[in-house]
Amino acid sequence: MAVKGTFRRIKWAILFITLGIYYFLPFIRFDRGPNAPDQAVLVDLAGRRGYFFFIEIWPQEVYYITGLLIIAAVALFLMNAVAGRVWCGYLCPQTVWTDLFLYVERKIEGDRRARMALDREPWTAGKVGRRATKHFLWLMIAWWTGGAWVLYFSDAPTLVYNLATLQAPFSAYLWIAILTTTTYLLAGFMREQVCIYMCPWPRIQAALTDEKALNVTYKWDRGEPRGSLKQNKALELKGLPAGDCVDCHQCVHVCPTGVDIRKGTQLDCIQCGLCIDACDNVMEKVGKPTGLIGYDTDENIERRIEGKESVYEIVRVRTVVYAAVIALVGGIMLFALLTRDFADINVLHDRNPIFVTQTDGSIRNGYTVRLLNKRNHERNFMLHVEGMPAGTSVEAVGIDTTFAGRPIIEVGADTTREVRVLVNSPAGVKMPKSTEIVFRLTESVMGEVVTADDYFKAP
Amino acid sequence: MSDNHKPELDQISGVETTGHEWDGLKELNNPLPRWWLYTFYACIVWAIGYWVVYPSWPMVSSYASGVIGDSQRANALAAYDAGIAERASIGNQLVEASFEDIRTTPNLLEFASANGRAAFGDNCAPCHGSGAVGSPGYPNLQDDNWIWGGTVEDIHTTLLYGIRSDHDEARFGDMPAFGTDELLTREEISQVASYVASKTGLEPEEGVDLAAGETLYVDNCAACHGEDLKGMIEVGAPNLTSATYLYGKSVDAIKAQIYSPRNGVMPAWEARLDPATIKSLAVYVHSFGGGQ
Ligand code: SF4
Ligand code: SF4
Repeated sequence: MAVKGTFRRIKWAILFITLGIYYFLPFIRFDRGPNAPDQAVLVDLAGRRGYFFFIEIWPQEVYYITGLLIIAAVALFLMNAVAGRVWCGYLCPQTVWTDLFLYVERKIEGDRRARMALDREPWTAGKVGRRATKHFLWLMIAWWTGGAWVLYFSDAPTLVYNLATLQAPFSAYLWIAILTTTTYLLAGFMREQVCIYMCPWPRIQAALTDEKALNVTYKWDRGEPRGSLKQNKALELKGLPAGDCVDCHQCVHVCPTGVDIRKGTQLDCIQCGLCIDACDNVMEKVGKPTGLIGYDTDENIERRIEGKESVYEIVRVRTVVYAAVIALVGGIMLFALLTRDFADINVLHDRNPIFVTQTDGSIRNGYTVRLLNKRNHERNFMLHVEGMPAGTSVEAVGIDTTFAGRPIIEVGADTTREVRVLVNSPAGVKMPKSTEIVFRLTESVMGEVVTADDYFKAP
Repeated sequence: MSDNHKPELDQISGVETTGHEWDGLKELNNPLPRWWLYTFYACIVWAIGYWVVYPSWPMVSSYASGVIGDSQRANALAAYDAGIAERASIGNQLVEASFEDIRTTPNLLEFASANGRAAFGDNCAPCHGSGAVGSPGYPNLQDDNWIWGGTVEDIHTTLLYGIRSDHDEARFGDMPAFGTDELLTREEISQVASYVASKTGLEPEEGVDLAAGETLYVDNCAACHGEDLKGMIEVGAPNLTSATYLYGKSVDAIKAQIYSPRNGVMPAWEARLDPATIKSLAVYVHSFGGGQ
């Protein structure tokens, strides 16, 4: 049944914005220079990089993903503490796609009553045509939805071209097929069954909520006793209490999960607000104030019965704690992002042998040094080892360029390089069993410095 | 438990109960949606199909092999053969290439290093140790002390023909047994040993005539070990000024070696390993960092 009203409009707006972002974001370009992909948002699995506009995530930085997941979870809790399952009703992809699918269905087959009539009709050409059109459009939406996902993992325009010319990798077709099928089945057929039987969130949500959270609520203190318009008028004339609910069942008909909200908040209710719009329409028609069904709290019903004012405590311990956690994690991530190095060094000491005595009596230690250059251009790093006596020689195997005895190591744009570094103590110097040393890497142009601690071992 | 056969209705929800009761609570019978059950049945059908298509049941002497005859063992063997074939091709390139080419061609170098590492563990580690640091009598391959030369070509030659092996091209460098063959007296051996010790950072024996030792050294040893004691790679005469000695660095060890020298044997690997592997080993050993 087509409902009109505030909440329906909000849902359309969110649908346009979220799907718009999801479908078109991969096509946005972002110039990162000659050696890097120019797709604004890209997960480059082969190159093991994640790109988000000016942010570039390396594999060893996946903790940003952890941070995002924590923020997402706590944001869900926060939404729940403020207004119940707003996520489910407005933002969940399952809801959004299902809404779009329902819209298509309604446009082609009419509203609920018309569809039920169509179901009973024999299979005429007209019915076949309508059904086919509906499924075709559904498949198209599902296909674009599945296809858009794949675009986040490859250069979008190229992939689209390759897909069209049948040159794309098999896995691209496979994933599009899988995601198209699942979207088609989940949004076209299973719909809110997913919310009721498959989704774990309602169970968790029920345990996290309290009586101060806004929920789609039937204000039974105002609506009961319900009765037809006529019945209630009669009651009023007799001076008996009569509720505002005219028992028209509009709220039940529009409900995607078939909930009768007048029985109270239930697991099946995804808080989509459609019953609010439906009831408001009825209230307007019968000349009663709207809001018989609305966002309200359990607490307020009790308060009104006791004759007290309604209160909306958005700022509570719960919401403040959730908001603080979000701010904290976000702050840490932002700090890490702003202060992160664009170079890095990892040092691994040889384990076998730990040291080698040379002909001239000097001691040699071997290290595997891994350098990271996160800039988009080739850079030179000067390697210096601190903490060794004068006369120590530092050699990077395979690297001939040195400056004042310090190897200059060239690391290509946006890559890592592994070099074997041999540190030779001076001949004639008796080294202690273990010496603390520091590998210091200095970038030649910007002077960026990164260090790593290690030990020099001797007999 | 109730033994009521007629399904009982729950008073409040109006739903059938299963008849099970715990502590006064009755379990309601809310069946799963139909599609969910069908999905479950479909999974069962799928599993049966799987049994038919793929290997499944063990049988008395064999197993149900499945109609398409898929076998992980056969797949693994095929992958193994493919790997061998690929190795053979890059192995051929390795045999053709010069050491300089190998050094500057990343994929050859990578293959040689990996192949060399594996071959080293299988063939060389028993004597030279898994970390290639050797032990008394077995040279340390990590340091810069090379009796028969430490360039990659030298190492390759040593690997191919061995030292004092039974290969025709094997290199020999026999140190005379000055004591057992009675070429020098015990006292003279003491003098030479003390002289060598004095030149290489060890304390000579007390009261030994170093000048006599020097004369004896020049007459008997310098031909191979050189006047400067630095040894001679061509005949495998070790550098006596080195901080490390193959058979131990002490005056007693030097004396023992002069009296009745031990001459280690390195097998010739030409007959046992293929050329690509030997070349890989040379590259790998040279990459320890002590190579010349
Ligand atoms: S009762 Fe139904 S229509 Fe109302 S908010 Fe819940 S799911 Fe939506
Ligand atoms: S739509 Fe409003 S008036 Fe109609 S039955 Fe529901 S609550 Fe009552």
